[in-house]
Amino acid sequence: MLPIISIKNFSKSFGKTKAVENLNLDIEKGELFGLIGPDGAGKTTTIRTIVTLMAPDSGEIYVNNLDVSKDIRKIRSITGYMPQRFSLYPDLSINQNLNFFANLFDVPKKEIAGRKKRLFQFSNLEPFANRLAGQLSGGMKQKLALSCTLIHNPVVLILDEPTTGVDPVSRNEFWIILKELKSEGVTILVSTPYMDEALKCDRIAIMHEGSVLAHGKPEALTALIDNNIYKLTGSGLINKYIDSIVQITGILSVQSFGDSLHLTFPKLTSEQEINDKIKDILKQNFMLKQIEPTIEDVFIALVEGKSQNGN
Amino acid sequence: METDIAVKASKLSRHFGTFTAVDEISFEVKKGEIFGFLGANGAGKTTAIKMLCGLIKPTSGEAYVAGYNINTDSSMVKKHIGYMSQKFSLYEDLTVKENIEFYGGIYGLSRKEIFEKTKKLLSELHLEKMRDSLTKALPLGWKQRLALSTALLHDPSIIFLDEPTGGVDPISRKNFWRIIYEIANQGKTVFVTTHYMDEAEYCNRLSVMFKGKIIEIGTPTELKNKYNKPSIQDVFIELVTRN
Repeated sequence: MLPIISIKNFSKSFGKTKAVENLNLDIEKGELFGLIGPDGAGKTTTIRTIVTLMAPDSGEIYVNNLDVSKDIRKIRSITGYMPQRFSLYPDLSINQNLNFFANLFDVPKKEIAGRKKRLFQFSNLEPFANRLAGQLSGGMKQKLALSCTLIHNPVVLILDEPTTGVDPVSRNEFWIILKELKSEGVTILVSTPYMDEALKCDRIAIMHEGSVLAHGKPEALTALIDNNIYKLTGSGLINKYIDSIVQITGILSVQSFGDSLHLTFPKLTSEQEINDKIKDILKQNFMLKQIEPTIEDVFIALVEGKSQNGN
Repeated sequence: METDIAVKASKLSRHFGTFTAVDEISFEVKKGEIFGFLGANGAGKTTAIKMLCGLIKPTSGEAYVAGYNINTDSSMVKKHIGYMSQKFSLYEDLTVKENIEFYGGIYGLSRKEIFEKTKKLLSELHLEKMRDSLTKALPLGWKQRLALSTALLHDPSIIFLDEPTGGVDPISRKNFWRIIYEIANQGKTVFVTTHYMDEAEYCNRLSVMFKGKIIEIGTPTELKNKYNKPSIQDVFIELVTRN
């Protein structure tokens, strides 16, 4: 049996632009799988092909053993898809929106009430059931859209950047809901440009310019980095000293992370040596500490590695 | 009015019917400062920015932007500010150079000024190689730089950036912030909103809006110390969930 989503040698172009090139990915049943990457990486093209909104140029995609090129209706009945710009009816209430989507997906009449009750347990939207969708906050709208996507009990839930433009608190709440759904056995494929959300997934694929740079468990990906990363904290780093720090002999990369810098050095360079060189530049108090790489470090290392090999 | 103040808001409010979008906010932003304007979705940030840019009138209160009163002098305000939003308003079917020339014309620059500005901006933003490419062919990170350069054409003293980095990859985001530092080093004031809390750490000072009010204001270090949290992300979550 195939994994619940199986993507083999998938390519898709728009005119001369290669949106996705030779993509291979398997997503297992019950997984919370993240497609991580910036705009233009090919995440939306991949998702739209999986949910049968467009056909692959070449390659094959199967969802629950169904072929996206042939079994379009069947795939649509077992998948829940929340696009980047979801469409709710602003002049219908929460309740009416849920009823509308239930009818659209042929949910039996006698089951609708029970399903709504269950969805309200996730969303905490029950007290607002009669409020018009157009009058909800961004975070509430997003939870309602997710509920509408789930009303027909899909086997696979596919979410395209559900947390883009959403504040950190609503983002956290949304991920808690996804974890609950996963514990009920729903397979979830979610795309995001936020690198920190990668850690909330079972497995991720890091996408960039139409291809997968790496995929696996988040902790396996951070283990890919075979250089040492140091976090440097001190005042005026980014606006005063970054240009001198880049010049340090042997340094592989300097990246700003919030108010600190991440410096990459080969494993052979000793911490004492780095510490001395930084002391020469800063001539003030600072803190240098070796850290575990983050997914953002991995992304940067992979992209920079690729452009160095390519050019 | 003191000359080192770029933005001064006093009890600025805006109501829509019975809904209070912005509720008596007061704050000051100094010239050359990078000021982060944070808040949850629906907190009132966009309404506040629209008032400061002279696009909508306050229900009550007043504000001075670049020395001009937003109630009585909104056309002067518009001349002295730049604005860039997440939905970059660029013409996709014009080249990079044509977009700059077009916006130069809109802002009433002379031919000579447009010629000089185009040359200067292309160089400053490292866009020379792409000058004759159609805008729609540009990667998102480049479009973002172009949108920024058109917003700076008329040499505004303050630039408003409304979620300028949404969806942009981490490398381009970091490069964009280095440009923001360069702009601030030239003495321009940068007023920026973002949902990326690591970017909030790059700001000189921050305010946090919640339900129409400014509930906290300070430097990133001050806020982290006050709430004893390791990052602005944690401070933000604490503030919003507590209120």
